[in-house]
Amino acid sequence: MRENTRLDGPTIGPAPVYTPPCPDQVLENVLENVLHFLTCRKDRNSASLVCKSWYRAEALTRSDLFIGNCYAVGPARATERFRRVKSVVMKGKPRFADFGLIPPNWGAFPTPWISAFAQAYPWLQKIHLKRMTVTDYDLQHISLSFPSLNDLTLVCCEAFGTSGLSFLASNCRQLRVLDLFEDEVNDDEVDWICSFPETENNLESLSFECIDFPINFNALEKLLARSPNLKRLRVNRFVTIDQLYRLMVRAPQLTHLGTGSFTPSEIWIPAHQDLDFGAAFAACKSLVCLSGFREIAPVFLPSIYPVCANLTSLNFSYANLNAEELSSVICHCHNLQTFWVLDTVGDEGLRAVASTCKDLQELRVFPIDAREDSEGFVSEVGLLAISEGCKKLRSILYFCQRMTNSAVIAMSKNCPELLVFRLCIMGRHRPDHITNEPMDEGFGAIVMNCKKLTRLAVSGLLTDKAFEYIGQYGKLVRTLSVAFAGDSDMALKYVLEGCPNLLKLEVRDSPFGDSVLRSSLPHLYNMRFLWMSACRLTLSACRQFAKEMPHLVVEVFTNGMEEVNDKDEFVDTLYMYRSLEGPRTDAPEYVKIL
Amino acid sequence: MEVGLKMEETELSLGLGLGLGLGGGEKADVGVVKSTTSGVGSKRGYSETVELKLNNNSAKEESATSTPLDLMKNDNKDDVSAKDISSKVVDSVKPPSKTQVVGWPPVRAYRKNMLAVQKSSGGPDSESEKPMMSGGSGGLVKVSMDGAPYLRKVDFKMYNSYQDLSAALGKMFSSFTLGNYGAQGMIDFMNESKLMDLLNDSDYVPTYEDKDGDWMLVGDVPWEMFVESCKRLRIMKGKEAAGLAPRAMEKCKNRS
Repeated sequence: MRENTRLDGPTIGPAPVYTPPCPDQVLENVLENVLHFLTCRKDRNSASLVCKSWYRAEALTRSDLFIGNCYAVGPARATERFRRVKSVVMKGKPRFADFGLIPPNWGAFPTPWISAFAQAYPWLQKIHLKRMTVTDYDLQHISLSFPSLNDLTLVCCEAFGTSGLSFLASNCRQLRVLDLFEDEVNDDEVDWICSFPETENNLESLSFECIDFPINFNALEKLLARSPNLKRLRVNRFVTIDQLYRLMVRAPQLTHLGTGSFTPSEIWIPAHQDLDFGAAFAACKSLVCLSGFREIAPVFLPSIYPVCANLTSLNFSYANLNAEELSSVICHCHNLQTFWVLDTVGDEGLRAVASTCKDLQELRVFPIDAREDSEGFVSEVGLLAISEGCKKLRSILYFCQRMTNSAVIAMSKNCPELLVFRLCIMGRHRPDHITNEPMDEGFGAIVMNCKKLTRLAVSGLLTDKAFEYIGQYGKLVRTLSVAFAGDSDMALKYVLEGCPNLLKLEVRDSPFGDSVLRSSLPHLYNMRFLWMSACRLTLSACRQFAKEMPHLVVEVFTNGMEEVNDKDEFVDTLYMYRSLEGPRTDAPEYVKIL
Repeated sequence: MEVGLKMEETELSLGLGLGLGLGGGEKADVGVVKSTTSGVGSKRGYSETVELKLNNNSAKEESATSTPLDLMKNDNKDDVSAKDISSKVVDSVKPPSKTQVVGWPPVRAYRKNMLAVQKSSGGPDSESEKPMMSGGSGGLVKVSMDGAPYLRKVDFKMYNSYQDLSAALGKMFSSFTLGNYGAQGMIDFMNESKLMDLLNDSDYVPTYEDKDGDWMLVGDVPWEMFVESCKRLRIMKGKEAAGLAPRAMEKCKNRS
């Protein structure tokens, strides 16, 4: 974002007396009207750079505010520039926080933002937070400050509980969407479902699959009766299949369903034996997305057959299914576009997917046993099958223990539409298991042949050559994740100098040192952040970077919460990001901001 | 062969909740074991791997197709130092301070925990099981069936006789049975010849664990006494229950 140059511009707000507008004003009005149609963030950013009046007009017409790093800019600055924001999307911690690489209390507190928005945008309709530390107080604050709030989505957030949810339920009278995805929610033993008002509501989407304790089911059932517009319901694993049945018969209009445990209750109730789950599913003629299946009893799988043909999205990533069980379902899913699954289905299961799901765009294969020396159940065989069957594939995340260059090369040729390629060979430094060569050629082929690629995660045994390829061909790559890879600084140099669109670079346990960063510093202003942990960076060099680059915040911390020690040879973690605000004031003691 | 492996890590803990009942290799793990022939997808595959690591046992029932396991067979060393990892890259990187690397593979803790909970729930030794009321107070009793993918619980207060219970059990597990158990309810256990007939089939037979910890055939005592003493139910295959019959007869005779 550009420095906000202050000029006396036209005032915003209703003019009490009508005076005919001057030509400049007319032009600006026209511009504003046109810019209203510009929705793409990138386009808006470009438009704002044209000249001052475009900058102003764009600022006035931007209604969707996206803040990719909550520390890159401050609440005051943001609310000064953008005056008419209706929706906010904000992200906090870097992604590696998901894997325990950031100690607790690191930051990403939305509190000051909520206060600023309460003042500046009391009409705010949508708040979407990702990887932020959201407290119950924050949720209460939100619930009281934004009477028009209709969409609250929290993804990968933590530090709140049922008491916070209760505030939202009771105070947000316009709420249409309350979606909790992969958050850590505390059990304060408050019945938040009961907190929804007794009257009919506008709920369209309610998702709480991540809540890891029981909810008041009877209250939920009654809530459904008062929610005539509900289209998306995703319940948690404490809702049994017989309870799910009761919900489904009340809401056959659902388009998205999170099925909970998909297993009967532990206490057997005779009446449940006669429930016709298949009929319940068949009655939901609009279902396009299924998830849940958290403790699936495979005997109930046939219940979903009636809806398979309409499904565009299916998430089996918590369902321990074998190839046969998966095949019985997937053979009906001709329209599937998004599919998440556990590796228990094996290469054979993936073959079944490949032979039916010709329109597949996104595939994620998760490991049931996520340890680096576990037995992987999928391999290059599955990847090859997918590449041959699903030519429209755009995004893949694949966890395995065995891979070959030739399968990856084949995918690069069979799936030219790939935007996201994330391959995780779980055992560190594993080469092609047939040729024993590094995986350089495979990843090289991906960047070479997949010309639209924007996101790449590499793994396995990799030399500098792989990175040379990435730097040479990965011109559109925006996000790159590197772990246990590379031989020398050259690898990082290739990437930093070769990839003009690189926005987010996360590196761990790789032998990259001070010199490469020193020479590539200017590139870092084009990036949102750089993360390097367990590399070969010295504290003194990091200090130097901080000195030379005033608009970069250089954070250094240890994996435990110990003080950063000058005497240690290398820093544990470097997290560097561009910012207009300078060092933040809410960092915990173990974070050293240089 | 340049293969990077960290053998020493296999000796360490797994970071996953271990409610797997590893000590009990008995078939009571019905909640965890699936009756599927596919070795790849079965839950047993996971617990076998777990046992493999903890016992440092290089023998494996299924054929090991992956390289690391092959190397374990050949090597069979307990302590492989970091230097044995032949990839030159590793030497230049600061070795991890713990043998288990934090945050690798990059799977969110939430997901790891969910799958761990899944594994442990349904198993009789699982940590997530709430403490059970004893059958004596007429509370809930666990019912497991060999080969069924999950446990159920029954509330004895809902039944007045063996007939009721057998009808319920038959219905409950009818979708899982391969045989014709449940068609006529439970057999009359007082009738020795009928009992032997049934036990010779591969049909399923209900057994229970009584207050003394013995496994008995259901039906050997009057209903009220049964409700008092039954701690949990297990429906096992007829042939397996054969050994219990004489004991059941014995106890019956002593009581009458």
